[in-house]
Amino acid sequence: MSQIAFWGAVELGLVYAFVAVGVFLAFRVLDFPDLTVDGSFPLGAAVTAVLIIAGVNPWLAATVAMVAGATAGIVTALLNVRFKILNLLASILTMIALFSVNLRVMGKPNVALINADTMLSPFYGLGLRDFYVRPLFVGVLVLIAVVLVWRFLESDAGLAMRATGANARMARAQGVDTSRQIYTGMAISNALVAFGGALFAQTNGFADVTSGVGTIVVGLAAVIIGETLLGARGILLALVGCVLGSILYRVAIQVALSTDTLGLQASDLNFVTAVLVTVALILPRLRRGGAA
Amino acid sequence: MINLENIQVVFGKGTPLQKQALNGVSLTIEEGAFVTVIGSNGAGKSTLLGVLAGDVLPGGGRVTIGKTDVTRKGTAARAGLVARVFQDPLAGSCGALSIEENLALAARRGESRRLTPALGPKRREHFRERIAELNLGLENRMRDRMDLLSGGQRQAVSLVMATLAGSEVLLLDEHTAALDPGMAEFIMNLTQKIVSERKLTTLMVTHSMRQALDFGHRTIMLHGGEIVLDVAGDSRKTLQVEDLIAMFRRIRGQTLDDDALLIG
Repeated sequence: MSQIAFWGAVELGLVYAFVAVGVFLAFRVLDFPDLTVDGSFPLGAAVTAVLIIAGVNPWLAATVAMVAGATAGIVTALLNVRFKILNLLASILTMIALFSVNLRVMGKPNVALINADTMLSPFYGLGLRDFYVRPLFVGVLVLIAVVLVWRFLESDAGLAMRATGANARMARAQGVDTSRQIYTGMAISNALVAFGGALFAQTNGFADVTSGVGTIVVGLAAVIIGETLLGARGILLALVGCVLGSILYRVAIQVALSTDTLGLQASDLNFVTAVLVTVALILPRLRRGGAA
Repeated sequence: MINLENIQVVFGKGTPLQKQALNGVSLTIEEGAFVTVIGSNGAGKSTLLGVLAGDVLPGGGRVTIGKTDVTRKGTAARAGLVARVFQDPLAGSCGALSIEENLALAARRGESRRLTPALGPKRREHFRERIAELNLGLENRMRDRMDLLSGGQRQAVSLVMATLAGSEVLLLDEHTAALDPGMAEFIMNLTQKIVSERKLTTLMVTHSMRQALDFGHRTIMLHGGEIVLDVAGDSRKTLQVEDLIAMFRRIRGQTLDDDALLIG
């Protein structure tokens, strides 16, 4: 594998670290199986791409993308909390609707960002090769996001959210408005995912309506790989695990695809991912003796 | 003070399974009183507790806790007034959180929760001291996950959690029923100690008639959603478990199949 391919994989892993952290918030903290991310990731990309082409500052564009993602999360939460639709189904409904929304936002299935100013533009040409600049830049943003989410989850407000996912009845008895926690958590989760989409559009130079397919599985893969590596020992390690898992996942895929003897091609990606996640899910059970 | 006025609760209204769970229950509990509640299955004990906790909103009547009318307030909205220990040791705390995180959660019961760190050095030390009072050695395991504790240990921590923030009433929902006899005794003595030290207004639901008479100042018996017995003071002191069972029989107009269950 070439150096460019390796750093490209790291970069993609860091972009998807935002997805992993978002998925961690929904699945692990809130215990809310949320498939909205398959729609909010391309939503973030679409909003950013369209705004940047319209001449909007790329940082502002990414912020708007986060608001759009948060809104998508709130819609899913609304369907579940207010209208009592099963959480998984509620998120599928939002995800399906977002496919149309994303097409409307872009006006076409694919928007290219050739030669447009992005968040990364000021950092190119400072002496560092481009394939270093991108992962470095995204890495710093990931670091900031991880620290913020970590501090939040260890605050009084964050404890209330964790209690909502862990034991909603107890949380209510402690005065926690569990409905509000689900709204807030889903908003933050999908805002992070949409920001991942915004970065994806800017580092890859395009937004595509189909780029969201399988986002949830990739995010979940990262979370599970992280848990397998670092175990369940506190919030910070769990978040670091999400990031490491996301990078490792991308590097593993890159290795698998660039190893000729395996005979894999890019279109086998989804299958490889599904197998990887399945193995990661089954392994802990096998270790416990299979009876669980 | 707690005041229940003519509380009506009907489950499954308009369906073939309609059940009048509470039928015109009125009850006043003075501040600092420790009341025990007994009754057979389906008598309305859990519903009564639910009405006080906010899990069950009555179809009629009025609920006052302290000086606040909470009749229409849900569980979370009145949590500042109500502390609670559940029957199921797993229900009262978060297994996935550490002991100290559970305490931090409970310390802000009914208050706003901001972005301030949940566990500063001062709070940590305070929690440690409170847990050390239990003499269970848990003060050295503050960062352990709650689900590593035994049922009895979890109930003991739950009791501490219930007293970290102020409350107008402490609700105990058969909180020793799921424990082995030794641990149940430990938890009951701990309950007694905490309630008297802190002068908490307490309502304890129990399956055990022995417990109902041995603890507290007043005992009420529920049957068919109504209060059928309410004893306090001297008449309660002379009351024996056998008398209660006799009363139970008279009220039900039938012999009890399983006395052991009630004496327990």
